[in-house]
Amino acid sequence: MPLWTLYGLLEGRATTRWPSGDGPDGQEGVLGMPRFDASRCDEGCAACAGACPTGAIVVQSEPGERQRLEVDYGRCVVCQLCVEACPTGAASSSFDWALGTTKRSDLVFGRDDAALRGAESPAESRKGFRRSLHIRHVDAGSCNGCESELQALNNPFYNLHRFGVFFTPSPRFADLLLVTGPVTYAMRDPLLRAYEAMPEPRWVMAVGACAISGGVSGDGYACANGLEGILPVDLYLPGCPPNPAALIGAFLMFLGRSPRRSAGGRHGE
Amino acid sequence: MIPLEPLTIAPKNLPTLVGALLRRGGRPRFAYAWRNVAERIELRYVASEPGDKGFIVWRCTPDGPVPSVADIRPSLSWYEREMSDLFGVSFAGQPEPQRLVLHPGARPPAPPMSLDYPAGLEMPLEPSARGLPEIANRDVQRLPFGPVRADVVESAEFIFAYVGEHIIHYHPQLFFKHRGMEKRFEGRGLAYGVTLAERVSAVGGFGHALAFCQAVEQAAGCAVPPRALRLRSLLAELERLYNHLHYFGHLCNTTTLKVGEAEGKLLEERAKQINGKLTGSRFLRGLVKPGGLRRDLQPGSWLSESLEALRADVAKYVDRLENSDSHLDRLMTTGVLSARVAQDQGATGPIARASGVDLDLRRDHPYAAYADLPLTVPVKKAGDAHARAQVRMAEIDASFGLMQRILLLLDGGPIAAECNPPPGAEGLGWAESPRGALFYAVHFAADGALARVKIKSPSFSNWRAFPFTVHDSNMMDYAINEASFGLTVAGCDR
Repeated sequence: MPLWTLYGLLEGRATTRWPSGDGPDGQEGVLGMPRFDASRCDEGCAACAGACPTGAIVVQSEPGERQRLEVDYGRCVVCQLCVEACPTGAASSSFDWALGTTKRSDLVFGRDDAALRGAESPAESRKGFRRSLHIRHVDAGSCNGCESELQALNNPFYNLHRFGVFFTPSPRFADLLLVTGPVTYAMRDPLLRAYEAMPEPRWVMAVGACAISGGVSGDGYACANGLEGILPVDLYLPGCPPNPAALIGAFLMFLGRSPRRSAGGRHGE
Repeated sequence: MIPLEPLTIAPKNLPTLVGALLRRGGRPRFAYAWRNVAERIELRYVASEPGDKGFIVWRCTPDGPVPSVADIRPSLSWYEREMSDLFGVSFAGQPEPQRLVLHPGARPPAPPMSLDYPAGLEMPLEPSARGLPEIANRDVQRLPFGPVRADVVESAEFIFAYVGEHIIHYHPQLFFKHRGMEKRFEGRGLAYGVTLAERVSAVGGFGHALAFCQAVEQAAGCAVPPRALRLRSLLAELERLYNHLHYFGHLCNTTTLKVGEAEGKLLEERAKQINGKLTGSRFLRGLVKPGGLRRDLQPGSWLSESLEALRADVAKYVDRLENSDSHLDRLMTTGVLSARVAQDQGATGPIARASGVDLDLRRDHPYAAYADLPLTVPVKKAGDAHARAQVRMAEIDASFGLMQRILLLLDGGPIAAECNPPPGAEGLGWAESPRGALFYAVHFAADGALARVKIKSPSFSNWRAFPFTVHDSNMMDYAINEASFGLTVAGCDR
């Protein structure tokens, strides 16, 4: 019978010191959201918009004005097809993986859309939860990519527990409902029942392009377009899927333990 | 690539043909419906003959109820029920005529993949509708578990009928996650198709994209350059590696071997980080395309060094698992799947190989670079949870060997060829994904767009076989048995 505990101890510390100290975030080489430099666009070119499988990119042109590029990162599935289609290098791949936002409009670049603006839910309102957050996850029809990364959060490398953030089996103990998937017709009712079972205050987090906007699987005969029109969302984390470090970053931002770093579809500003 | 030549048959001859195929030692693989160029519903049956590296395809156009072959070959039952649910095809003598893919409470105005279904309508649902018979005996408890279950898991409802600890009958109510993925391919182009295929079942995403691309390449008669073929095999083995490592972490969780769970998950994380560093995606996405690869990879010496370091640590880990009595006691004799049931119900991949069914598409129907690689296919006979784990252990070891061999063989050259399937063409692609046989059948419309894409995922096959190991077992073994199958729900539900 091997001495598992001894072997485990001999392995030493596996958990990264990121984000508070020096240590890898574990995402070396992982491609993130494409970046756009509209000043390099050719007039009349909409190659990126044509290549995008989820309609995340819209090229607007009005007579007499320079054409405008709008990107909804809430729809981006990080496929990099826009970057390959772009003839001028205006679209480029980046290593900037998605950041969480509390406003849907902060995922949109190049457009001020009143319909998306919504109310911000400030971190101060969650003061009592700063050091302890309990999450109930509901898979509302995901491809299992988001689940794979959510499961990774509890591996020794990320060790989510060190932040005081836990997944809880019952919605009755949950503060945050974390939803993945486009919300299939058969999962809508179980999802709403899980939400109803949560005590207040309660918040909702949409994880991944599917839960935010439907992604590649929204609409059609079996799906809604994510949580749009189904539940009020307090925290958005785009990506397809968002990686574990992005998930941790979003939780900490939501709890007011790290500054918000994206606004108006722009990163780190 | 050999073009597909479907053989036209009369629907009434299906039982005779399937019976004869089985007697020859052949295997029915899957079946699907589509609307052909004349807008008529046509059924396709895909099968393999013993010793033949290709596949045979039968096609028939129903003019009334089609004779069911589920009593001759039970593994085909789910395909028939899927065709009934989604296309409205009726089968005469189907022994399980209830719904499969559609929720018992779904109220679609027409079968959702038929022409009559209104575009853009989400199916109405009566959530309380149940598809199961009532249990009359007062001593029998009924436990519905799910679709929202403890921990971060995929949605599915498991219904147990049990007395005390003893499970009398088990019914997995799947397809809560049915997204209608096959329908989404219709009318779309190839780049869109690959992006979708990668997102049918994320943890098998590379295999899905590969099978889709191979189907398109068969339709186009396209020859993929050797460098791309080798890199595809490398990526397919990386996918097997992180999936199998995930499997052991999860299996240890169910046997409460806590340090073993932590170590298994850490090894999986290392494999995913290698994926990210090599390809830009922890799920190996965004690389494969019809004709080859979207961009070249430069696997420097760091890759073979990282893989060798990982191999050494995995070997130590697996050795400890194989010497942990408390762990092994829970696996041995748990959830036995006999070779007969595995065959009849169409089990695939490591599940079938752990029950003595020696099948592997990489060897039997080579694709990518597998024909030129020294492939070993581990097979066990016991059919229990331990055998399923042992097969995966041996496969991890074989994968490391294959990857190092590919890295040695890899030389320069182009990474993609032109691939333009002609209008009306069709193709079949396949891959031995970490969970078993995966097929894509692809049809093109007259305008060159995708007309129909059928996905046969390994978990669809293995969920069919799994309940046979649960009936007449006990509650304490359930979680371990389920983990030992390593099933996904997304791939099955689509």
